[in-house]
Amino acid sequence: MAVKNRAAVKSEEYVEVPAGRGEVEVIPNGPGAAAILAAGIGCAVLGILALAGDASETIKGLLNFYSPTGALSGVTTVAIIIWLMSWYVLNLRWRLQAIDMTKVNVAAFIGLAIGFLLTFPPFMDLIQGR
Amino acid sequence: MEITSRDLWTIFHGLGFGALFMLAFSGALAELYRLSAPSVPAQLGAQERNLLNFHLSAMVILAWLAVLTGAYIVYPWYRAVPPEGAADLANYPRSLLLSSARTSEWHRIGMEWKENVAWLAPIAITMVAYVTMKYQRTIIRLQQMRLAVLTFTVAAFIATGIAGAFGALLNKYAPVRGGSNIILMEGESGGEK
Repeated sequence: MAVKNRAAVKSEEYVEVPAGRGEVEVIPNGPGAAAILAAGIGCAVLGILALAGDASETIKGLLNFYSPTGALSGVTTVAIIIWLMSWYVLNLRWRLQAIDMTKVNVAAFIGLAIGFLLTFPPFMDLIQGR
Repeated sequence: MEITSRDLWTIFHGLGFGALFMLAFSGALAELYRLSAPSVPAQLGAQERNLLNFHLSAMVILAWLAVLTGAYIVYPWYRAVPPEGAADLANYPRSLLLSSARTSEWHRIGMEWKENVAWLAPIAITMVAYVTMKYQRTIIRLQQMRLAVLTFTVAAFIATGIAGAFGALLNKYAPVRGGSNIILMEGESGGEK
C-alpha cells in the first residue's frame, strides 16, 4: 500500500488512515485537535451569551435576531458562527501539525463545563447575585 | 382521530428528531467503544466504516433538526404573548406557567435551561462525527483524542437528556396547543360498545 506524507511519520501524534484505492494517508492529530477545541469554544460562547442575555436587557435586545424566538435566536446564531469560524481558523493553522492534545482537551473540557454551567438558571442567578 | 398542526410539529421535534437522536446514542457509544477495543482489526472494513459513518451522520442531522425545529417552530408558540386581560391562557404556555407560583419554576428553570443547553448536543456530536470519520480505527492510538470524543459524546447525551426530560414535563403542564386540525381517521360517534 502506498503511503502519502511518509516523511511525517516521526511522532506518535501522527496516524495512518485508509485513503481509498489501497492507499494509506499519514495525518497529524491537528485537524482533530482543531475540531475538539472549536467545539469547546462553541459551547463556552453559548453559555457566556446566554448569561449575558439574562443579565442585561440591552444585550438581550441585541441578541433578538428573530422576534418570535427572542434572544435565543441571537445566542445560538452567534455561538454557531464563532464555533465554525474558530474551527476553520484552527484547522487552517493545525491541519499539518501535531498538537499537544492534553492542553487542547483541558481547554475544550473547560469550555464544555462553561457551556453547561452558564446555561443552568440557578447558576446564572448565583453569578448575578440574585 | 385528529391532531393539530402544532401537536404534530411538537411530535416531530420531540419524539421524532429528539427521541431518535437519544436512541441513536446507545448504538454510537457501543460502536465508539468497540472501535477502541484491542480485539478489533487494525482497520475497519469498508462496510463497517460506511455503517458507522451513516450512523454518525444521521445523528448529526437529527440533532440539528431537533434544535432548529424546537427553536424556530415550537418555541415561538410556547412564548407567544396573550392579549391584554386574557383569562384563558391555555394557548400561551409560557404565560400559563408564569401565572402561578406552583408552576413558574417549570419555565424559569426547566424551559430556560432546556432552550440553551440543548444546543450543546449538535455542536458536540458534529465534532464527534467529524473526528471519528477522519481518524477511524486509528483513534485508539490517540488516547487524548479518544477521551475527548467519548467525553463530548456523553455530554451530548446529557444535554439531550436534560432538554428531552424538561420538554416532556413542560408539555405535560403547559402543552403547546392550537393550529389547524388534521384529521387522521374518521370514526363512529355516539355509540358505546
